[in-house]
Order: sequence, then structure tokens, then C-alpha cells
Amino acid sequence: MTIRTEHEIHQRRFGRNLGLGLTLVAFVALVFGLTVVKVTNGDPMRGLMPAHAPAAAPEGQGGNG
Amino acid sequence: MSDIHANGDVIGAQTGEAGFGDYVALLKPRVMSLVVFTAMVGLLVAPVSVHPFVTFTCVLFIALGGGASGALNMWWDADIDQVMRRTKGRPIPAGRIQRGEALGLGLALSGLSVIMLALAANILAGALLAFTIFFYVVIYSIWLKRSTPQNIVIGGAAGAFPPMIGWVCATGSISVEAVLMFLLIFMWTPPHFWALALFMNSDYEKAGVPMLTVTHGKRVTRNHVLAYTIALVPFALAAGFTSIGGPVYLAVSVLLNAGFLWGAWRIWTRNEITAEADGYATEKAVFKFSLLYLFLHFTAFLVEAALKSYGLGGW
Repeated sequence: MTIRTEHEIHQRRFGRNLGLGLTLVAFVALVFGLTVVKVTNGDPMRGLMPAHAPAAAPEGQGGNG
Repeated sequence: MSDIHANGDVIGAQTGEAGFGDYVALLKPRVMSLVVFTAMVGLLVAPVSVHPFVTFTCVLFIALGGGASGALNMWWDADIDQVMRRTKGRPIPAGRIQRGEALGLGLALSGLSVIMLALAANILAGALLAFTIFFYVVIYSIWLKRSTPQNIVIGGAAGAFPPMIGWVCATGSISVEAVLMFLLIFMWTPPHFWALALFMNSDYEKAGVPMLTVTHGKRVTRNHVLAYTIALVPFALAAGFTSIGGPVYLAVSVLLNAGFLWGAWRIWTRNEITAEADGYATEKAVFKFSLLYLFLHFTAFLVEAALKSYGLGGW
């Protein structure tokens, strides 16, 4: 008689753990994505600027000229 | 089969070891699909453009809030679900998930979805989602569902909030458009569910749920279907004259309302003898049409919004 340790219940448990793991990874990715969008306000370059730097002035109005 | 397998089977049945899909089923994915669609429309037709990722996040957490209230509903209604044919295969009555687990999952997801929606959109949107969950679970499931035949009328508000929340996510405020989208679903819910109750009566009766068909009989329910369908029409048409409406919406709405009124009229003219003779064919057809009615109304809102981006649509 063969004793099998891998029962259907273990498979179900593994599936549940895998699902939960993937859900958590997706949640982390979602929060990261949302943070990027909020911080950069839709402009990817703005996120790279220091917080105290002034926003880029519109063309023709900025600088000392 | 070995003893270990046999024991394992027994243990599996006793503990009700649930799979991941059982927890997903607790969130009522089919109801969530309607929430996703209407919330998305509410967000997309708003006059304020929202970053696509924020739109996605908002719709996801509105849907999750809806799912959380579904889990809390299953926690509270486990005894009813066990009796009704339509619901006895759900995870709790089937013994795969404990009631306490559904309560825990529902509460946790409620908190998560409300906080995340408030962070992703604004506080008002989060507060509205929290109120929706409270309304569905406490006002509808715990209080009204078992105490009054008007349960569907007031409880329908819970299902009507998602497009309003979507609108608030984009604009940060409630306006006449959001209210009319709310009223469209709110007024649509009673005739939709009563048409269903007309041919599902035995199930509600068995579970002791005071549906109108159980407490007042089918004749009164038929009267109510017609009356509430007539009451629905002005709200559906009125939305066509706001900033989210236009000629396309109005044309679609006139046709759909004419169809729904015709269906409600046919239900009203029938009696139990004619209905039982053809297996409730008209009632079933009107129930199916009511689903199409709501779907096409919200699709028409989307079409108007899409046309506006090309300089067309609207008034």
C-alpha cells in the first residue's frame, strides 16, 4: 500500500495560497502604480524632479529673458 | 484507497477546506460585473478627465466594496441561502466556508475598499462607498429584507449608488446627472425583481422572505410591476436632457421605455392561469428585457460621451 502525502486537500490549499499570494502582489503593484500617477500627476518627468524645484515654466515665459 | 486517503476525505469534508474560487464566489462576481459597468460609465461620462490608471483603481475598489457587501450579505443570509434552490450551492450553505470567515472577509474588504477609494479619488467617494455597504448590509439585508415586502424598493438604492460614486470620483461632487443615474437604477430595480419573483415565488415562500408575491399575491405584484415601470419612465427620459444625454440617448431611451412599458402591460393583463399555461414566458421575457434595458441605457450614456470627444453628441 502506497502512502501518498499529496492529498486533494493539499492541492486546494496550495491553490488558495497561490491565489492569495498573487492577489497581494497585484495589490502592491496597484499601490505602486497609483503612487507614481499621483506623485507625477501624469507627467513621468515630474517625479524625477526634487520636490522644491519649481514646475517648468511654459515656453516663452520662463527664464530671465 | 488507503486509510490515510479515507481519513483525509473525512477531514476535508469536516473542515470544509475552501479553494480560492470559493472566496471569490463570496464576493458575488455576477453582481460585481453590473457594479463595474455602471461605476465605469459614471466615471467616464463625467465632465472631468481622470488618469486611466486612477479610473481603473477607482472602478476596482468600487467593485471590491460591492463584493465586500456581497460577502457580508452571505454571512447574514446563510440560513435563507440554505433553503433556496438558487442559492444553496453558495460556499456557506455548501459547507465550504464558515460564516465567521465570510464576516471577516467582508469587513476587511469593506475597510480596504473604502480607504483605497478615498485615497485614489476623494473623501466623498470613499464616504459614499462606505454608506452603500452600510445600506446594503444593515438597512437592506439585516433590516428590510425579512421585515417588509417593500424590501426591494428601498434596498434597490444600494445597487443604484455605483454610477454616482463613479461620477463623484471624477468630479468630487454630486450633481443632477449623478442623481438621475442613481434614480434610473433605483426605479428600475422593483419591476425587475418583481418580474423575477413572479416566476420564482416558491423559493421565496420556502425561505420566508416577504416578497410582494408572498405577502400580497401575484395579482398585486402585477399591478406593482406596471405602476413602477410607469414611474421609471420620466427619470430615464429626463437623463437625456442633461449634460450626459443627447439625441442618441433619448432615441434609445424612448425605444427601451416603450418596450419595458409594453412588457409591464402584458404582465398586468395576464393572470395565473395564462401564466402557468405557458410557463411564465412573458414574465421571464420581461425579466430578461429589463437587464437589457439597463445595460443599453448606460451604453447610450457612453456613446454620447464618446461622440462628444469628436465634437458630436449632446445637445
